[in-house]
Amino acid sequence: MTGTPKRILGWGALALLVGALAVTAAGCGGGGGAGSKTSSTSTAASGPSSIGKGEGKLNLIEWPYYSDASFANKFTKQTGCVIHRKDAGSSNEMVSLMRQGGGGGGGQWDLVSASGDASLRLIRGGDVKPVNVHLIPSWNDFIPIFKSPAHNTVDGVHYGISLQWGPNVLLYNNKKIKPGPTKWNALYDPKYKGQITIPNNPIQIADAAFYLMHSKPSLGITDPYELNKAQFDATVNLLKQQKKLVKLYWVYDTDGRAAFANGDVNLGAIWPVDTLALQAKKVPVTEVIPKDGATGWADTWMLAKKAPHPNCAYLWMKYVTTPPVQAKQALVFGETPVNPKACPFMDKIQAGSCAKYHLNEPLPYYNTIKFWKTPIADCGNGKNDCMDYNAWQKAWTEITG
Amino acid sequence: MAEVAEAGPPLRGARLRLSAALWRRPWLKLVALLALPVLAFAVVYLGSLVALFISSFWQVDSFTGKVVHIWTLDNFQTLRDDPVYRRIALRTIAIAAAVTVTDAILAFPLAYFMARIAPSRLRALLFVLVLLPLWSSYLVRIYSWRLILAKDGALNWALNGLGLPDANLAYTNTAMWIVFSYVWLPFMVLPVYAALERIPSSYLEASQDLGARSWRTFRTVILPLALPGIVAGSIFTFSLTLGDFITPALVGGANSQFIGNVVHNYVGISNNVPLAAAFATLPVIVMAVYLVIAKRLGAFEAL
Repeated sequence: MTGTPKRILGWGALALLVGALAVTAAGCGGGGGAGSKTSSTSTAASGPSSIGKGEGKLNLIEWPYYSDASFANKFTKQTGCVIHRKDAGSSNEMVSLMRQGGGGGGGQWDLVSASGDASLRLIRGGDVKPVNVHLIPSWNDFIPIFKSPAHNTVDGVHYGISLQWGPNVLLYNNKKIKPGPTKWNALYDPKYKGQITIPNNPIQIADAAFYLMHSKPSLGITDPYELNKAQFDATVNLLKQQKKLVKLYWVYDTDGRAAFANGDVNLGAIWPVDTLALQAKKVPVTEVIPKDGATGWADTWMLAKKAPHPNCAYLWMKYVTTPPVQAKQALVFGETPVNPKACPFMDKIQAGSCAKYHLNEPLPYYNTIKFWKTPIADCGNGKNDCMDYNAWQKAWTEITG
Repeated sequence: MAEVAEAGPPLRGARLRLSAALWRRPWLKLVALLALPVLAFAVVYLGSLVALFISSFWQVDSFTGKVVHIWTLDNFQTLRDDPVYRRIALRTIAIAAAVTVTDAILAFPLAYFMARIAPSRLRALLFVLVLLPLWSSYLVRIYSWRLILAKDGALNWALNGLGLPDANLAYTNTAMWIVFSYVWLPFMVLPVYAALERIPSSYLEASQDLGARSWRTFRTVILPLALPGIVAGSIFTFSLTLGDFITPALVGGANSQFIGNVVHNYVGISNNVPLAAAFATLPVIVMAVYLVIAKRLGAFEAL
């Protein structure tokens, strides 16, 4: 009899620990019930015909500094829309945030600054709604490819306003690697074993496909985001070979940056903003955009389906696409505007910056940049045989696992 | 001057009736006391476990990327058939085991010294030192380890100063093992200390009186009595390592994915909650087995 209380205590503690563990493990799995509502990718006429008075509030999911005080304060003063921002660390976090509370921004968020690897997911998932681009005067001035790009316009319906873009660049430490590489093949060269860093993101498969597109024309790759089974398998194989050379798959670009700064890696794929940050810290790095071109990202302000403050959202899209604001944001973040009229404003803030960020390039230049878009099975060839994003994610787990 | 402690003013009205009702029905008192924790346990603890388990049988629509509520065993089949998941699961379990053994070896002498040798002042100081790392954020400590282990970091600087070559530890599984062993060490020291402190000195004296030398006393008296404490500590070090995904992401290298990282990626990147949920049930099962064994070894009396 004396043993019983102790025994009960023991089992109680066991149950408690199992429970505690379950909570930890389930933390990620709990949201499963949220996505049950049916989606509709509306093809109806797009959005309102005029912008009403601001609602006094604007809730943004954004990349850090995308509503930097240096230009956002003026907006608030002009429109009375007070900005509440949630910084996201990755495209995936943005999609997750938008899908909380039943999707469509959950009635909480108005706009999300989605990159091309997230935007189609949000459109297909019914989380964002069409936008009337004619309410955004600057839209007419955009570089043509950013007016209706495939990553934010489906069947002629606009689901947002392009904002800024940048290439994915090849970065190397010019003290440790001589002569400096000029082509993407450096990232697959055994010579640099253990010195390479690569983004830890399934969209990175496109970088390898882009490299194969030029180095192995027999595969017939024309778009690195539209890969059939054979092309996909060849690309995944290349990445599995590359893994042996990789020191670090960075999750956040600041981790890749730190690895460069601490001397752990000397070569890798990263973003211009990191080049600038490293050079500011006097790390001897050189950035290359190879002649063949590069993959790139382009961000879009997308309107949440359940946006509670649509007028403020439209006012914001109108404001951030005007040339002076485009220039300011580009230089705060280290990226390139979609509105070429921003060029003189950039040069006024920082001489030569317009050319440095390739805003004054002729149109053919933009065709060498393959912008991120979410891979889907129906890739426009009528055969529905492209590998979709789930397949990309599974393959990426296999590569890095 | 009050000669007797006063009983307070007599209860009146509603309070009196409530008090009487509780006195007459003791079960009511029990319900009032336990309702909240039991409810929290059922809803928060078990509810999330059930949600996890159920969603692991669903699937994702590849067009919209949304979860479709159609029952399927596909996720578990993928986990079984694809060698990458086995590799990741084995890596996770192996490193969790290595960390547990390392912490047990490091913690035992320290806990022994604290429990049985150190004078009380020194003991208090050691307690503070053991717990000191817990005062700062877990992330801060991981980041500082990254600085220590980096190629241009403190470790290599010290090694080079001694005329030794670089230790290439940054972004490796060894780095993960070191960092895990460091961050979870306090969780091993405390239960081992508690178990060792509880051993009556008379047992050790008796052992010596009966002619046992110190090694034998350690092996046949101290170790068996301390074992529940070690097992209790191992529950923490093992389960905490098993469920982690931040350390592998920050100090791990190209071959360091944990179960947690895969779960994180599937939920965050492709929104494939069902597959993530299926994979997340694995550590739950591993821990359940581990805890049953731990209970057999008497770990729960030592907590």
